Amino acid sequence: MNELLDPLLLARWQFGLTTIYHFLFVPITIGMATTVAIFQTAWVRTDKVVYLQLTRFFGTLFLINFAMGVVTGIVQEFQFGMNWSEYSRFVGDVFGAPLALEGLLAFFLEATFIGLWIFGWDKLPRRLHLATIWIVAAGTVLSAYFIIAANAFMQNPVGYAINEAKGRAELVDIWELLTNPVALAAFPHTIFACFMVTAGLIISAAAWHLARGQHRESMRPALRLGLWMMVIAAALTTFFGDQLSLSMVATQPMKMAAAEATFNTVCGADASFSVFTLGTPDGYTELFSIRIPYLLSLLSTHSLDGCVEGIIDLQGQYESLYGPGDYTPIIWITYWSFRWMIGLGLAHAAIAAVGLWLTRGGREPRLFRIPPRLIWGVAIWSFPLSLGAMIVGWIFTEMGRQPWLVFGLLPTESGVSPNVSGLEVLISLVAFTLVYGTLAVVEFRLIVRAIQKGPATPSVDEQTGRAEPATTVY
Amino acid sequence: MDLAGFDLPTLWFWIVAALFIGYFVLDGFDFGVGMTLQFLGRDDVDRRVLINTIGPVWDLNETWVIVAGAALFAAFPEWYATLFSGFYLALLVILLALIARGVSFEYRHQRPEASWKARFDLMIIIGSAVPAMLWGVAFANIVQGVPLDAEHNYIGTFFDLLSPYALLGGLTTLMLFFTHGAVFVTLKTAGEIRERAQRLAARSGAITVVVAAAFLLWTGFAHGAGWFWPLAAVAAASLVAALLANLRGAEGVSFTFMAVSIATAVAALFAALFPDVMPASNDAANGLTIENAASSPYTLTVMSWTALIFLPLILAYQGWTYWVFRKRITRQTIENAELDQSAAEEAAR
Repeated sequence: MNELLDPLLLARWQFGLTTIYHFLFVPITIGMATTVAIFQTAWVRTDKVVYLQLTRFFGTLFLINFAMGVVTGIVQEFQFGMNWSEYSRFVGDVFGAPLALEGLLAFFLEATFIGLWIFGWDKLPRRLHLATIWIVAAGTVLSAYFIIAANAFMQNPVGYAINEAKGRAELVDIWELLTNPVALAAFPHTIFACFMVTAGLIISAAAWHLARGQHRESMRPALRLGLWMMVIAAALTTFFGDQLSLSMVATQPMKMAAAEATFNTVCGADASFSVFTLGTPDGYTELFSIRIPYLLSLLSTHSLDGCVEGIIDLQGQYESLYGPGDYTPIIWITYWSFRWMIGLGLAHAAIAAVGLWLTRGGREPRLFRIPPRLIWGVAIWSFPLSLGAMIVGWIFTEMGRQPWLVFGLLPTESGVSPNVSGLEVLISLVAFTLVYGTLAVVEFRLIVRAIQKGPATPSVDEQTGRAEPATTVY
Repeated sequence: MDLAGFDLPTLWFWIVAALFIGYFVLDGFDFGVGMTLQFLGRDDVDRRVLINTIGPVWDLNETWVIVAGAALFAAFPEWYATLFSGFYLALLVILLALIARGVSFEYRHQRPEASWKARFDLMIIIGSAVPAMLWGVAFANIVQGVPLDAEHNYIGTFFDLLSPYALLGGLTTLMLFFTHGAVFVTLKTAGEIRERAQRLAARSGAITVVVAAAFLLWTGFAHGAGWFWPLAAVAAASLVAALLANLRGAEGVSFTFMAVSIATAVAALFAALFPDVMPASNDAANGLTIENAASSPYTLTVMSWTALIFLPLILAYQGWTYWVFRKRITRQTIENAELDQSAAEEAAR
């Protein structure tokens, strides 16, 4: 019973679950704002009705999703103080600044201009109304920067000094904090991954209609855009992921070792990347694996004869640096989440590239004797699986940080609120699980329903011949 | 670049106060409008009129609390940590209410069935009333002081937060926001619903005056200091002026006075708190003050410059947004939009 009511464990589960849940909505908000802005720009420039249809269709998906992102985001900000008060005391001077900047520079911008966009169709001049969605899009990207800079401080603390008298970290250089090398790599990596997820949603929605032979005139261009977006975003996500792993090796070598489950330091051809491994339950003995020689060396150091430090060596180093303790993350989680992230990401890029080829020049997809229904079926799974890749990526980066809350400065167990009981956290964990679970069902059904309803036909102004969007009301 | 001459922690105390004032003045009428669904929303069109008075702005209004929270975190980490961990269950309830309210605005109109809409109407009403009350409870507790240990951790329970004084504080914000929302409806609608809103505001206003006067007097005699009395006097006078203007049908004047009343009432609470931020009721030495809760001068300098540059900009574009949506919402607005939509659906077939 006492174990069940361990406030630390419960608070960690709550933070993990609510963060993952929040991040189900973030990628669509970021990627779809830009996508909708692109469609609307195309409409303003060409006056083609199909672009207005696409703007409204994907705009609806964007908005259903946006509200959830907003309300689950408030939980995230409150939770630092509610469940992690010792962490807040220790890092607030440093960590609070990017959050406040995020609020002042980005959140207000997003929240204000989203209202102008939704309800401003018949109240603002066309170009000004177009500007509002671009401002929303810029706001979403800007807010992502600040939150990733804050997160990067937890991975690789920079720009601070410890004030012994007050027992806390204090900001000494905001610029250093905002140009943390981890943030500079993690930000584009995350943003382009968000575009992969958005591309996944576009592909899924378009494929659903095209498989039924309906709405070809709008869903075909949407599908092509989605496929191109997936391929390009995947290439960029991979490139910046590689940059991120370089800075990870430099700042958190244990995370890289845990990603690969490398127990002993290895060099050159021995620094191989295992695609698949079976081992004994304790993880220390390998029974079977498929390995690609040199690849780990190449990933970690960009050279064939580089060395990758092993978990056992690093554990020893950390013990002499930080005192006795277990400094190893949970290996099976880091190992498999790292593989699923890369595997799902690359699979998406490959399938999207094939999709581009199959649908080139207005063709219906045909591949050997595979029935078209199956090909469309693969495309429809694009969204859930790209979202899955995003989630395992976050699980990897945050679980790989353990046992630290702020790497090298504050262990996770020292950050939890000392005065919040296990029962209280259990109550909130259960409440969030029930509410979030219910909302997930409602949200999922609404999204599916909005997709299946398809794009509406806008009314056309009889005098100008231009498509006019209707007045929007709740 | 040098702001060292200023007392930055005190400046940030008042910036945090200003952000909470912005939040209560703006989201205050959102909460009020949400609650009036119960009293003014006779049919679906009425309820849609009410929701659409705040449709384009509720999100930007709610963002004020996110920024206030972030400012608290950055400028007074100790205050943020003590307050948020101490008021754990109360904040949990506020969060759940805000979630319910926020998604309801977006989900309500996604399906036509009456049962679907009724469910979200109820969530809007409860999701508005609960935070409207609990924010008052929370702020009354901050002013009154709560038991803290030497590490500034709250050592009471959830039920210790529900003292008679705190509950009166909750009732005050509940009634203030309710009346504020009803007056906002008179300002933003036309026709029969506006007349009903006016009568509702008159009735709820009478209760609000009594409750608010009792709360301000109690606060004044127990904790009043410095600027408290003058601010509280302005708050009370503005409230009365707002209600008189409402009776005369001058809704713009009435709304302005309601906003001033809420702003000065919240400012009065911060004045009563000053220079403490989280006084300890058990042992004064355990309390948090502006001095011992504040961030380092460097952090406050960075934040001050950001606020100095961006707050005017934020006020400008938010003010412009209110200007864009200045038109009154009527039943006609909703019915026309309905016609547009069914015409479009007809055309699609």
